[in-house]
Amino acid sequence: MTATDTHRTIDAVWRIEAAKLIAGLARMVRDVGLAEDLAQEALVAALEQWPETGIPEKPGAWLMATAKRRAIDHFRRGQMLNRKHEELGREFEIREQTVPDFDSALDDEIGDDLLRLIFTACHPVLSTEARLALTLRLLGGLTTDEIARAFLVPEATVAQRIVRAKRTLAEAHIPYEVPRGAELAARLAAVQQVIYLIFNEGYSATSGDDWMRPALCEDALRLGRIVARLMPQEPEVHGLAALMEIHSSRSRARIGPAGEPVLLLDQDRSRWDQLLIRRGLAALARAEKLGGARGPYVLQASIAACHARAVRAEKTDWAGIAALYAELARVTPSPVVELNRSVAVGMAFGPAAGLEVVDGLTREPALAGYHLLPSVRGDLLMKLGRVDEARAELERAASLTRNAREREMLLERVRQCEPKPN
Amino acid sequence: MRFMMLMIPGGYENAAPGTMPDPKAVTAMMKYNEELQKAGVLLALDGLHPPSAGMRVSFKSGKPVVRDGPFAEAKEVIGGYWMIQVKSKEEAIEWAKRCPGSPNEVVELRQVMEMDDFSEDVKKAATGYTELKERAAQQAGA
Repeated sequence: MTATDTHRTIDAVWRIEAAKLIAGLARMVRDVGLAEDLAQEALVAALEQWPETGIPEKPGAWLMATAKRRAIDHFRRGQMLNRKHEELGREFEIREQTVPDFDSALDDEIGDDLLRLIFTACHPVLSTEARLALTLRLLGGLTTDEIARAFLVPEATVAQRIVRAKRTLAEAHIPYEVPRGAELAARLAAVQQVIYLIFNEGYSATSGDDWMRPALCEDALRLGRIVARLMPQEPEVHGLAALMEIHSSRSRARIGPAGEPVLLLDQDRSRWDQLLIRRGLAALARAEKLGGARGPYVLQASIAACHARAVRAEKTDWAGIAALYAELARVTPSPVVELNRSVAVGMAFGPAAGLEVVDGLTREPALAGYHLLPSVRGDLLMKLGRVDEARAELERAASLTRNAREREMLLERVRQCEPKPN
Repeated sequence: MRFMMLMIPGGYENAAPGTMPDPKAVTAMMKYNEELQKAGVLLALDGLHPPSAGMRVSFKSGKPVVRDGPFAEAKEVIGGYWMIQVKSKEEAIEWAKRCPGSPNEVVELRQVMEMDDFSEDVKKAATGYTELKERAAQQAGA
């Protein structure tokens, strides 16, 4: 094996083992920052030794054993000036002589370790950017450079965010545990928000971007699947996984030959990945089987599923989608949800019905500068034959959007409103 | 990147229909499958009935000819597959190495082709087809 091959293999091993390694260490030393530092030291050791010795048969166990030795060294040398850490060090040494090693750790323990890590990385005390960086670093196994490229920021910025995040967690004395009871719902929502933000960052990437950006969708999907396995009794985790699987299924149909975005209703559905659709529908079924009131992710996934099930755009169950948006509006009321509902209502029950819903939003302050409001209204007016009003709305929409391609598409629709010469 | 891991069990080319794997091996394999799931990398997996329960369709004469298995010319056959989502060939290899294969089993790794892998004329051939289908469907008043 060449040196490059070995490095690439070590990268691959790291992607597979990092989260479990850090999670297990964090349980032992009860400090996420320290756990990550120890894991990094183990990685450095691997990079130094494995090119000579070859990849060990059980790389995860090797890394854990190395990290634990480093931990004992740290505590012995008293590098932790903090008395708490000295005490921890003594406890740690005693415990580690009796605790079973990494390989024999029970599945449940590893699962709990990972959950603790996920909940801590996504703790609400951290800023959103900090949570994103920490999650991708600790759970995604991404390097600082990879995270920086993914979010289009300098590497130093990401490094700083991570350092500050660890310090915030330590100073806030966040108990290192999986939240329970009343707290769980809110904390789980925070985890899901982080995962979905990562996904959307990747989903919004354009073809010119660094390939790390669209790869974020895969990272998010992977994290979503992991959480779904770890918390199978929570319907919303299956909902989020379903939503991401189904959105991902369209990635090859979303871009046209000139790199332009293709609207959902215009997409070539034969390019939709049926494997991912099947996975998404299966995840949604798991959520539905768990019963209970449907949460926002399950509802959004259900809407995506309606589209996914339609072999052609004309076969879309618009009435079903309209009903789902109505339910979503009750669960997470928002003008944007209502706007989406108006589109579905228009498709299901005719443009007049849709217009009635939109007209309820024209005074909505949150939508004041939002180009999609006049865009939707213009569309419906055009279908009702109210051409002059339609033209005015579409021109307004074109003036509000900052996206050149969107503007072009809207102006094209304005041109379609022009009276044709006889 | 997607990879298929193809399980090639030695002797499966001669296995009788209804051959079942050894329960101990099954337990180990289920644990492995669970690892793949928990890591969020598993996309799909299936086991396949042996060739003795299958058929081959060949096209040597230009016309399809069907034969029942087993197939004397087959030295190695596929017993099952996993499809995984990974970031590199090395990651696929690492996962394959973790498979609890027995001494007479081999796992073959094959990268799944994505549209971008195809040459321009293949892509064109593939694109034109879907438009053709659409038009045919419209004409048939579907």
